[in-house]
Amino acid sequence: MTSALELRHVSKTYGSGPSEVNALREVDLAVERGELVAVMGPSGSGKSTLLTIAGSLEEPTSGQVLVDGVDLGSFSRSDRAKMRRRSIGYVFQDFNLLPGLTALENVTLPLELDGVRAKAARSAGLAALDELDVAERAERYPDELSGGERQRVAIARAIVGERELLLADEPTGALDSVNGEAVMRLLRTATQRDVAGVVVTHEAHLASWADRVVFIRDGHVVDQTSAVPGPESLLAASDR
Amino acid sequence: MSVPHALLALLSEGPKYGLRLQNEFEARTGEVWPLNVGQVYTTLQRLERDELVEADDGEGERSRKRYRITAAGALELDQWLRTPPELVPPPRDELVIKVLVALRVPGTDVHEILQMHRRHVIEVMQRYTQVKAAAGEGDVALALVADAELFRLEAIVRWLDAADVRLKQLPAAAPVTTADLAPVPTPPTEVLR
Repeated sequence: MTSALELRHVSKTYGSGPSEVNALREVDLAVERGELVAVMGPSGSGKSTLLTIAGSLEEPTSGQVLVDGVDLGSFSRSDRAKMRRRSIGYVFQDFNLLPGLTALENVTLPLELDGVRAKAARSAGLAALDELDVAERAERYPDELSGGERQRVAIARAIVGERELLLADEPTGALDSVNGEAVMRLLRTATQRDVAGVVVTHEAHLASWADRVVFIRDGHVVDQTSAVPGPESLLAASDR
Repeated sequence: MSVPHALLALLSEGPKYGLRLQNEFEARTGEVWPLNVGQVYTTLQRLERDELVEADDGEGERSRKRYRITAAGALELDQWLRTPPELVPPPRDELVIKVLVALRVPGTDVHEILQMHRRHVIEVMQRYTQVKAAAGEGDVALALVADAELFRLEAIVRWLDAADVRLKQLPAAAPVTTADLAPVPTPPTEVLR
């Protein structure tokens, strides 16, 4: 089966000579549809670089990035930008909603930039807002929405249309732990609709919402969690 | 977890049978802390002996007895709620000892040991999170129980992260030897008390 996202021997080097920094070294990672993967690592370990390369915002120095089995290296710059708009959704730390646009306009903007007709974009936007339970707030502006509603709109924007890959870099930012958890819950729900998700976080209680946690150190993927047994195993353990 | 106080709390809502107390205890702790019915009746007997609960004039089987909290029981419950729990760490933290020992065993990669424990702790956290995810946002009791475990486990991950950084900062040319390390410390229990 083709993975939604695959990194093959990806390395990224910044600078040269004595100032050379190897941000990523021979990273292999595959993420399937419906799977949420958390990437954890200390500051400077390369986790954000991994995300920007996975999202084709940067090119690797060597190695391949495949989205839905297609090597991004084989694309022209403009085709890559097109693919990025169509297939990849981003969730930013502060959600980055445009204040002059309604919730629905924020969600449909990437589709309209991609040439989707207004009517079709509107219908896809409403469907995405509906999936996140905020369709009734579609005509509101960001400053008329609660913090939780803004999170939902930002995630709706990331999954609108035919997005296959959802990328989030520390999406819970400065939120308290309960609101941070709400974001993770939404990302998990979003990926369960056959989207592959990658979330970078340094907080273990947020990473634990992922199906798999990948650990990165000094640009290397050093370890990952195995498949999570069902919660019943926990109850059996506590009964001892 | 104080089972006697949890039972007193459930009885503060009104008189109940033992079996119902068991069901409610498990439901309210998100079924993370199972309690067998034998434990419930043994605890009720002790509470009855200490005059913190009283049973309806019990004839026949214990399962037919209904228990109610007494005034002394209500006072005991109130005092327990306000008493800070024991926050002193265990006398020997096994994980800390393992890491300190790993530093002394030649040929052992301490970072790998730290990572192994980090992975294990996060896998346990994933299981607690699954319990929470399956229950939905409305189940506040379960969320509170799961959060308590999750944040306790997260503290371990943070300690492992800090250990990783501290050990990385050690000069590479000077490998850690037994002489460099202080003996395993005993927590200052007396000071905390």
